[in-house]
Amino acid sequence: MSELQDSGRARCLASPASGAGWGGGIETAGAWLLALLWMLPLAYALWAAIHPSAYSAHFVLNAPLTPENFVKAWNAAPFARYFVNTFLLVTMILAAQLVLCTLAAYAFARFAFVGREIAFILVLLQLMIMPDVLIVENYRTMSAFGIVDTIPAIGLPYMASAFGIFLLRQTFKGVPRELDEAARVEGASPLQVLLKVYVPLAKPVYIAYGLVSVSYHWNNFLWPLIVTDSVSTRPLTVGLQIFASTDQGIDWSVITAATLMTSAPLLIAFLLFQRQFVQSFMRAGIR
Amino acid sequence: MHASETIAHGLEGDDSRALPAPFAAGTAGAAVAPMRVTAHIHGWLLLLPAAVLLVIFTHYPAVATIIDSLFSTPRGHRSAAFVGLDNYQAMLEDPVFWRALGNNIAYAASVIPLTIALALTMAVWVNGKIAGRPFLRLAFFAPTVLPMIAVANIWLFFYSPGYGLFDQMLGVFGIATHNWLGDEHTALACLIAVAVWKDAGFFMIFYLAALQQMSPQLAEAAAIEGASRWYFFRRVTFPLLMPTTLFVLVNAIINSFRLIDHIVVMTQGGPANTTALLLFYIYEVGFKFWDTAYAATLTVVLLALLAFLALGQFLILDRRIHYQ
Repeated sequence: MSELQDSGRARCLASPASGAGWGGGIETAGAWLLALLWMLPLAYALWAAIHPSAYSAHFVLNAPLTPENFVKAWNAAPFARYFVNTFLLVTMILAAQLVLCTLAAYAFARFAFVGREIAFILVLLQLMIMPDVLIVENYRTMSAFGIVDTIPAIGLPYMASAFGIFLLRQTFKGVPRELDEAARVEGASPLQVLLKVYVPLAKPVYIAYGLVSVSYHWNNFLWPLIVTDSVSTRPLTVGLQIFASTDQGIDWSVITAATLMTSAPLLIAFLLFQRQFVQSFMRAGIR
Repeated sequence: MHASETIAHGLEGDDSRALPAPFAAGTAGAAVAPMRVTAHIHGWLLLLPAAVLLVIFTHYPAVATIIDSLFSTPRGHRSAAFVGLDNYQAMLEDPVFWRALGNNIAYAASVIPLTIALALTMAVWVNGKIAGRPFLRLAFFAPTVLPMIAVANIWLFFYSPGYGLFDQMLGVFGIATHNWLGDEHTALACLIAVAVWKDAGFFMIFYLAALQQMSPQLAEAAAIEGASRWYFFRRVTFPLLMPTTLFVLVNAIINSFRLIDHIVVMTQGGPANTTALLLFYIYEVGFKFWDTAYAATLTVVLLALLAFLALGQFLILDRRIHYQ
């Protein structure tokens, strides 16, 4: 069956291999050309980062390899601290999101409370009016709270994630009610039911959401740029930007080394767990 | 389960479920009543932590933006004074605002069709039995994982006049070096290329997911009928992918108004504001000129655009789309 499906799909949707012949060859060539073009910026950055700066825009096969650029970048800015900050930030956001979204999603999925429909629409509003565009007012709020330039201030606007609530609500709604009722009959409280029945069944969704959340906040830039102002709070993205824009004598090799270094954890994780990444982004694609 | 379909079904499911609830409450016997009360309390208690944060960081700021746009910016000893629509008047007379809005529309109108066309092409390619499929998927998707800030730095190097790869490659064909980001005519196009490169692979996976759910019988039937691949794609595949296209479209539009990291890194809105997008201008007004009232006024425009988009999505487009 799956053989059949594959060949059918292959013949008509995409495959040049099964009989499309000449036109298929052109398509394969086109796909490869585009893929190489797509890899070019990354390959170029990698080339510049692992060769001495004299070779950064000079492509010869016998160019000597060197880790020098990474060492220079590492020593030129407090990247170790930035790594710690980013790590704290994504952990804090993810932990808060998991707790808050689980509770809220459970309420929406299984409790018939007054105002549920309106509350749900108010939650979904955040899908359109996201924290990224409310920078002016949120900065004012952080000032009023006296927490500008702290790591929690970077994370707070993102912690109650409408998308997380939406995604988990959908998942919880798919859990058979019989399981819920069976647990209640045995005397479990609503919270115990949540932890024993719903949360374990939603594990794949948690993994997907977690991966998307971590990559989103690892990469987030504008809000952290606005709300942080010191080495002890800046995440990697902001640190990288400050490093790259302060006068490095435009040593591209060092800048690209720093760029690759800050993206490395996600990039390596992606290469190792490609399938999970793609599936997670499919499942929890927005943010 | 596909994200766009999940959203659509979720909302539909909600509507259908909204009705029985009051009926159930009305017809329920007295014995069930205490249970209902606790359900209200438990429901709200569970929602409370998320609701508090949402109100503080989404609903309050959205409303405060509108209120602040009606006041002047407090400066020194002068506190904010009610100025009515003066800020809006100033905005309509501000050439930079119009420039940023125009740029943003041009940017969105270029990035979105290019990204969608490429994402769809990529998905169709890597869905079939093409040679080297794992590499192709990796190559197309990799930019998605990188921070925009890193991408922008790499492309900045790419575009550097004389020295960057772009000029070197064109130099082979005898084209003179050019300051791509410094030229008013090419700067925005350079940023468009970056955005397309970054997002095409991301949207590819949604198309890929949808393609994998399509019934292979359709393709077989078309093959028996002798339909050409292009005809099949145009008449069958593409219409069936409409829900995905809608989902991708909405997210692509949001991204084109939301993501300005590359502008901060690459051009700072220059040269001569040719690459200033709306959110970048808000950032500049709010955090470089510290004119918060005017920044709020500009934000109202952005929020209105996003609200209009949301409304359009739910009211108009959703009805015309064929759901599987």
